Amino acid sequence: MNGGDTMNAILEILAKNATATSEQIAAILNRPVEEVRAEIKRMEEEKIIFGRKVLINWEKVENGMVSALIEINVSPQRGEGFSKVAERICRCAEVRSLSLMSGGCDMMAEVEGHSLKEIALFVAEQLAPIDGVLATTTHFRLQAYKTEGVMLSAKAVDERKAITL
Amino acid sequence: MSILDQINPTVRAIPPSGIRKFFEILDQMPEAISLGIGEPDFVTPWHIREAGIRSLESGHTYYTSNWGLPRLRTSICNYMKRRFDLSYDENQVVVTVGGSEAIDACIRVLCQPGDEVLIPEPSFVCYRPCALLAGAVPKVLETREEDQFRLTPEILEKAITDKTKLLVLPYPNNPTGAIMEQEDLEKIVAILKDKNIFVLSDEIYAELTYRGKHVSIASFPEMYERTVVVSGFSKAYAMTGWRLGFACGHPDIIQMMVKVHQFGIMSAPTTSQYAAIEALDNGDNDIETMKKEYNLRRHMIVNGFREMGLPIFEPLGAFYAFPCIKSLGISSNDFCTQLLQEEQVAIIPGNAFGESGEGFVRCSYATATDSIQVALDRIKRFVEKKRAEG
Repeated sequence: MNGGDTMNAILEILAKNATATSEQIAAILNRPVEEVRAEIKRMEEEKIIFGRKVLINWEKVENGMVSALIEINVSPQRGEGFSKVAERICRCAEVRSLSLMSGGCDMMAEVEGHSLKEIALFVAEQLAPIDGVLATTTHFRLQAYKTEGVMLSAKAVDERKAITL
Repeated sequence: MSILDQINPTVRAIPPSGIRKFFEILDQMPEAISLGIGEPDFVTPWHIREAGIRSLESGHTYYTSNWGLPRLRTSICNYMKRRFDLSYDENQVVVTVGGSEAIDACIRVLCQPGDEVLIPEPSFVCYRPCALLAGAVPKVLETREEDQFRLTPEILEKAITDKTKLLVLPYPNNPTGAIMEQEDLEKIVAILKDKNIFVLSDEIYAELTYRGKHVSIASFPEMYERTVVVSGFSKAYAMTGWRLGFACGHPDIIQMMVKVHQFGIMSAPTTSQYAAIEALDNGDNDIETMKKEYNLRRHMIVNGFREMGLPIFEPLGAFYAFPCIKSLGISSNDFCTQLLQEEQVAIIPGNAFGESGEGFVRCSYATATDSIQVALDRIKRFVEKKRAEG
């Protein structure tokens, strides 16, 4: 396995299980633990890996968070394009993610809050007034079926017989 | 005279499973983690399922030809050539209800009462009973850990008599994960080539070979005519429940297998056959995806056993690991029963696959990595406890 293959293999494992340890990854890939540790450290330093996250199904949490996808149309700044506006939007703690998009809107933000009203107020009072933001369209998420590649419905039951020769 | 007394004595004589008590205990433990499952944990890829569904929607609900759909047999020929460089015509292929039916039909066609059938063990449990039901005499070839459970020429040569009719070659192997590579087969061919012995090559795990490409004994010109290759869709395409397999071989052998097949089965399930066409024609990527995942788990489980100090040769095929537990001084049955009771992990005693499996246990890695990890942690704890008690 060459360096590029090792990196991709490590990333594939971590993408499915962010809590996998270097020892576990080394066992799965049949590589020395030191090699795996060094590769993960390098990727963290180069911001290829820039964080690890737990996936939470907030619908199962009482008073859990709610979220919305916000379409944002912006006016690009001379000499800076969309970067300045994007940076300003990203500074809002409520914005969980922000991407430049093709299609009918310039940017798409994922926003989280404790209630639909909280999100609506955030959009009206903090997001829309940002210099360069021309218009917003808010789509509240009503139900999540799949997140980050993981189905949120009840775990499929293994129907196989426990022992088959 | 009781009803039982009037049953065919050959059937009655086939011994019941040696691990039936183990099954009874496991039945009481639905929450146990099982590394005892001998089928893929993947669902059949959607495009294959869809092909089956489409065939039903189109009304393909009738019998097919006894031989199997002509279109499927063409796809099988193309697949065997593409994946294993084996050339067959459609009249050399029969579609069966799983590889299991092909194995049974092949033995019945080739063996007369009294013929000897050589069976390397440890191996899958069906060969001996099928030989007995055909009136043949099964003879066990005990393979060894020091040979990585490969069939060696010495073991084979010692077992051959003038009654030997058929050699079963079950590689890649269940339960050991052993494979036979080019140089291993050359030595076997050197012994067989001048003898009138046929080979039943059970290659159901052929796609799950992790070093190089699977080599079939049928690829040797000296053995091509006398080898029946049995394979199927259960393991490569995660189609266990579809019950579909096939055999490829000399047209005269296959024609006779069709005769046996047609009277007992009529034809393999039609829906499964249409799904199989899609699998063979468009499923190569699915095989590679599943194999890649199995390979990662293989490393994980082998490294796990090595870390706990249990000797284990590297399995290069199928989805089984076969560690040796002899150092703990307890039998395979006791190891597995106690592990199940104390740690709620189910694995299979090696002697379920033949007496030469005593002292070993079969662990399937056809299950999710997090289950494998939990199971390994529990097995390690159990092993350490047994060592401390020892």
